[in-house]
Amino acid sequence: MSLLQISEPGQSPEPHQRRLAVGIDLGTTHSLVAAVRSSAAECLPDAQGRVLLPSIVHYAAGGAVEVGYEALARAGDDPANTVSSVKRFMGRGVADVAKYGALPYRFVDAPGMVAIETAAGLRSPVQVSAEILKALRARAEESLGAELFGAVVTVPAYFDDAQRQATKDAARVAGLNVLRLLNEPTAAAIAYGLDNASEGTFAVFDLGGGTFDLSVLRLTRGVFEVLSTSGDSALGGDDFDQAIAMHWRVTHGLADASGRDTRRLLAAARAVKERLSAAQSADAQVTLSWGQQLHLGLTRREFEEITAPLVQKALGPTRKALRDAGLAPAQVDGVVLVGGATRMPHLQRAVAAFFGREPLVNLDPEQVVALGAAIQANALAGNRAAGEDWLLLDVIPLSLGLETMGGLVEKVIPRNSTIPVARAQEFTTFKDGQTAMAIHVVQGERELVSDCRSLARFELRGIPPMVAGAARIAVTFQVDADGLLSVSARENTTGVSASVVVKPSYGLTDDEVAAMLRSGFDHAQADRDARALAEQRVEAEGLVAALRAALAQDADLLAPDERGALEGGIASVDAARQGADHRALKSAVEALNRLSEPFAARRMDRSVSRALAGRRLDEVQVK
Amino acid sequence: MKPDFTRNHFELLGLPVSYAVDAAALDRAYRDLQGRVHPDRFAASGEAERRVAMQWATRANEAYRTLRNPIDRARYLLALKGYDTGEESNTAMPPDFLMQQMEWREAVAEGRAARDPAALERLRGEIEDSRAEMHALLARALGGDRNYDAGCSLVRKLRFLDRIEAEIDDALEALAEGAGGAHPATSLKGHD
Repeated sequence: MSLLQISEPGQSPEPHQRRLAVGIDLGTTHSLVAAVRSSAAECLPDAQGRVLLPSIVHYAAGGAVEVGYEALARAGDDPANTVSSVKRFMGRGVADVAKYGALPYRFVDAPGMVAIETAAGLRSPVQVSAEILKALRARAEESLGAELFGAVVTVPAYFDDAQRQATKDAARVAGLNVLRLLNEPTAAAIAYGLDNASEGTFAVFDLGGGTFDLSVLRLTRGVFEVLSTSGDSALGGDDFDQAIAMHWRVTHGLADASGRDTRRLLAAARAVKERLSAAQSADAQVTLSWGQQLHLGLTRREFEEITAPLVQKALGPTRKALRDAGLAPAQVDGVVLVGGATRMPHLQRAVAAFFGREPLVNLDPEQVVALGAAIQANALAGNRAAGEDWLLLDVIPLSLGLETMGGLVEKVIPRNSTIPVARAQEFTTFKDGQTAMAIHVVQGERELVSDCRSLARFELRGIPPMVAGAARIAVTFQVDADGLLSVSARENTTGVSASVVVKPSYGLTDDEVAAMLRSGFDHAQADRDARALAEQRVEAEGLVAALRAALAQDADLLAPDERGALEGGIASVDAARQGADHRALKSAVEALNRLSEPFAARRMDRSVSRALAGRRLDEVQVK
Repeated sequence: MKPDFTRNHFELLGLPVSYAVDAAALDRAYRDLQGRVHPDRFAASGEAERRVAMQWATRANEAYRTLRNPIDRARYLLALKGYDTGEESNTAMPPDFLMQQMEWREAVAEGRAARDPAALERLRGEIEDSRAEMHALLARALGGDRNYDAGCSLVRKLRFLDRIEAEIDDALEALAEGAGGAHPATSLKGHD
C-alpha cells in the first residue's frame, strides 16, 4: 500500500508497491535528503545537480521565504533577516545563544526557546528549520515523483531532549511524518557498516558545522549496537571559522565590525579554511561596510596553531565515550570520520594519533549521514529487501534525573542506557498532610540542578493527606526509540492514585504545531483539509490492512465479543474513509487504535513465546 | 494496557534461572528478542502495535542490562529468592573490609593530589583483583552453596568497589582534561 502513488501513463507500476521514505540530514551549515532507489541509497540533487542545501533561510518584508543558495546570496547584504546555523538555536534559550558571541540577529526571549525578529515577523528556530525541511521535502517529492510516506531525520547524538523535541516539531511543521529521529553517527555507521559488511568495534568521529559527536558502536551480524556516545552540541566547523575571523579582527584592528562585516569576515574565513585543507596558505579579499579593502591571509601553520584548542576540545568527549564503553583506544577496530570539518588535516592527524590508527574516509563525510538515514527510513517504511535484516540499538547521550531536596539531582536513567528505556523511582512526602509534590525533570551529568538543563516542571496533586514519609510516589521516566522522554507520576499507597504525563517544556503542543502549519502561506484552507484527509486515509488504510492481516493469523487470541468489537471498529473506519470529513476519520482511527491494543499485546506475547519455544527446541536438537 | 510480563528476566531471554550466565548465549538471546519486538520493526504499523513494541523493547533492554552486569544479576536473583540485599539500609561491614576501603579512598585522594595517573591505574588494578576474588565467592554462594546471606553481603561489598572505581575514573578524567589543554571549567557547557 502506498501514499497517493499514481502511475504515469507508460510507466509500469512496481509489482510490489513501495512506500516512499527519505533520510534527511538537517545540518548546521548544510542539509541533504537521500532515498533508497533501486536498492542503493543516494543523495537527491536539486535542479542544478547540487546535493547540498545551505541551511540558510532568508525572510523578506513581504513574507517571501528563500532557502538555500538563494538565501545564501542575501547573507552579505541582509544579515539580520538571513538566518544561518539555526540548528545551534534549537531548543535553546537567550542565555545559550549569547555564548555564540556577536550574531547579526535580533533575538527575542520566547517561552522555552529563543525567537528571531525578522522582516517577516517573529520566527522560532523550529519554524526556520521547518523551511529547510520543506525545501528538502519538495525536492524529494519532485525527484521521486510522489508524496512521501515518511522521513528519518537525523540529530546529533549529543542533542538533549529539548533539542530533539524541537527537531521533531520542525519536521511536523514541515508536514513530514517522522518515522524516527536517528543519531547522526549511528546513521553514518549504518551506511558505512552495510557498505563494508563490517564486524567489530567502531568509533564514529562526527564533527559537523556546529556539533560534535563521538559514538562507539559494536557491529555484530547485522546488529548495530551503540555502546556509548559523547560529544559537544556547541562545537563544530563554525568554531574554526570564528577562530580565524577572531584572529583577523585582532591582527587588523577590527574590534567592532558590524553584523554585515562579521558575516563577510566569516565567509572569507570559511573559504580560507577549506582551501587550507589542500594548500599551505590561502588568502581572501574582503570589502568592509565603510569601503575599506582588506587583504586577509593565513598559513596552514597559523591556522593549526590558533585552532589547536578546538581540536583538543574534541578529544575530551572522545576519551569519555571510550571510558563509558570500557575500551582503550587500541581496542577500536576502525575509526570513521564524518562531517565536512573532518577534512582538516590537523584534525585527522589528532584523531589518528589518539587511536593509533588511520581513520577510514572511504565514504563522502558530508553525505554519509543522509545515506544512512535513507537506508533506515526505507527499512522503517517496510521496504526491507529479503535477507536485509539488521537492527539498530541506540542509547541516550545524557542522564535524566529529578530535582531532590537542596537542589541536588537524583539520576533516574543514566547516560548511555539503551533505548527504549523506562525507570521508576520512588519518592515520599517530607511534611505531614502534604497533598502535592513539585516534580522537576532535568538532564545532564552534574550533581547540582543549576548545572543541568531543566526539561520540565509539573505538579502531582491529590496526594491523600498522610504523615510525612508515608506517601509513596513513583515517578516513571520513559524514553522512546527517538530518544524522547515522557514522565508520569503516581501516588500509590491507599489505592488512591493520580498521574500526569508531561512533555518537556520546549515541546510544542499539537495545537501549536497546527497553528504554525496554518501560518504558512503556501496552503489555502481547502488544500490543507484535502491534505489532512489524504493523510488520514493513508493511515486508516494501513491500519485496517494490518489488522485484517493480524486477524487472519491470530483471531484465536480474541474472545467472540472482542472480535466483534474489533470488526465493528474496522467497519466504522471503513465507513469514515468513504466520507470527506478528516476529523471524523481521525477519531475513528483513534478509537480503533485503542480497541486493538489488547490484541496487539497478545500477538506480541505469542510471538515472543514462540521464539522462546523455538530456541529451547534448537538447544534440545543440538544436544 | 500493559503487556503481560509474568516472565522474569531469565525466562524472557530463555535462560536458566542461575547466577552463572553464558555471556554469548545472553547476547544472542537479547538480539533475537529485540529483533522480534523492537519498535523499528513496527514503525509502519498502527499506533497500538508501536506502543506495545516500545513496552516490550523497554522490557528486553531492562532484562539484558540486569543480567549482563554481575552485581545487578546477583541482586535480581536474590530478590527472586526472596532476599533483599539491603544496600541502602544495611551498611554494616566487617572491620577489615572497612579498613581496606579507607585505605583505598586515601590512595585515590593522594593519586589525585599528586596528579599521578599511573598510581591511580595501579590502584584500579588492585581493586579489579579484589573484585575478581569476590565474584568467584559470589558465584559459589549463589551456585552450589545456596548461601544467600553471604550473597547479599558480597553484593554490598561489590557496590563499595564500584563506587571507589567511579572515584578513580573521575580523578583520571580530571587529570586527562587538565593535561588535554582545555581547562575543565572552560570546557563545561553552560546552561540556562
